Amino acid sequence: MTPLVSFDDVQKTYRSLQGVDYPAVEHFSAEIEAGEFFCLLGPSGCGKTTVLKLLAGFEAPTSGQILMQGRPVTGASRDRGVVFQGDDSLYGWLTAVENVEFGLRMRGMARSERRERAMRYLQLVGLSGQERKYPAELSGGMKQRIQIARALVNEPAMLLMDEPFAALDAQTRALMQAELAGIWKTTRTTVLFITHDIDEAVTLGTRIGVMRAGPRSQVKGVIDVALDGARTRTDDVFLRYYKQVYEMIRDEVAKSIARTD
Amino acid sequence: MPPRTLQQLWSWYGGYALGFVSLFLLWHLASVYLVSSVLFPPPAVVFRKAVTLVRTGVLLEHLWASIQRILAGFIAGSLLGVPIGLAMGSFRPVRKLLEPYTEFLRFIPSVAMITVAVIWFGIGEASKIFLIIYTTIFIVILNTAAGVSAIAPNKIRAAQALGATRRQIFFHVALPATVPYILTGMRLAMANSFTTIVAAELIAANEGLGKMLWDGRMFMLVDDIFVSLVTLGLLGFVVDRMFRWGIYTFAGKYSPAT
Repeated sequence: MTPLVSFDDVQKTYRSLQGVDYPAVEHFSAEIEAGEFFCLLGPSGCGKTTVLKLLAGFEAPTSGQILMQGRPVTGASRDRGVVFQGDDSLYGWLTAVENVEFGLRMRGMARSERRERAMRYLQLVGLSGQERKYPAELSGGMKQRIQIARALVNEPAMLLMDEPFAALDAQTRALMQAELAGIWKTTRTTVLFITHDIDEAVTLGTRIGVMRAGPRSQVKGVIDVALDGARTRTDDVFLRYYKQVYEMIRDEVAKSIARTD
Repeated sequence: MPPRTLQQLWSWYGGYALGFVSLFLLWHLASVYLVSSVLFPPPAVVFRKAVTLVRTGVLLEHLWASIQRILAGFIAGSLLGVPIGLAMGSFRPVRKLLEPYTEFLRFIPSVAMITVAVIWFGIGEASKIFLIIYTTIFIVILNTAAGVSAIAPNKIRAAQALGATRRQIFFHVALPATVPYILTGMRLAMANSFTTIVAAELIAANEGLGKMLWDGRMFMLVDDIFVSLVTLGLLGFVVDRMFRWGIYTFAGKYSPAT
């Protein structure tokens, strides 16, 4: 069976204004199967977000190829819904429900139908009753829920999430992780989830790809997480996975810190 | 929420009222005790003169002439400036092409253009409206273009990932995201229009608040000069408040906060 997404020897080099090349990722290869929750974990500055931007189609790889369902990715498409880290992707002049139905409206869906669907997804992310508020009136966690609902209502083949909870406080983050796990169990949408938090990756992922420190980053190793059902941070199994990931990433974090110093 | 109780009314407008009262009080004191000259009439005298000028219809005639010119030029200048600014902010080649115009012309003050305007369009309405358009258009263009370049890239990316076309992104994302900047530009342009219209009317006009000032100087009608000055101040204040009120009422959701 062919994977849903495959990165084949992908390279992305950025050129600075001074003309200096920075190879963010090089010889990057990875595969994501349909229905899995793939966490891409790595130290800061390792090119995780670059990988997401390439798959989203916001940027084109310098070389190599990214295939989705056997076809090369050539630009953004509603096959791949995106949840961004900050709230600057939300439309401040639209209410919560209008934000959620944006994609449906662009597609020309009738008002009553798209409203009904948007409300269903707002309920899925626990935002019922907040639909007429503007993003500025909502908390950070609620704004991320709007983003998730806005992406899911479009029924994309997969969901790309770029550290969506990194800017939230610890309590909200834990809550959002639990809710996302629940949403994923309901929808079974394939997810690529970018994070630098081992705990988050082990909590959510069915597989965890650990990246090397940048530049010229690539996947160092992939860990299958056989934790179905309850994932509590005090479980022995959870801790074993945590340790395994930690040992794989430790050197990379050290390298990444040494480079920034 | 509009104020309901007297106390609310006081906390909303009390400071304002006090400020205005103190302004007129200081003026009165300065005029009566400090200067005590017919060249600096106290507010009461100016007010009485204003009442007379309103009764005879002279003040309203001048006021209306100035307002008409400002409105015509301001609306035309904004209608031209917004699309040009949007195009400059959205397309690099357009910006490169038009920047020499905006960057060159905006440093020639509209007051300096009065001479040319009068030579080209005479002393009638056309020259005044031309000058107000001139003074409005560059501020609106610059603010609109700045608004377009200030759009968070993620807003555009999100729309792309939601399946929006380029055209849809322009009308449903770029345009609404720029509205706060456009409105700010228009508000600044409105303030500039006042400066320009008075200067233009000072030099060449048959009526208007600037003409009133000029006549006052010619015939030593000091009270008339002060009536015109106070009218300008009040008119500017009221128009700016109305503009702000309009923004909050009709475009509150386009607030720059988000």
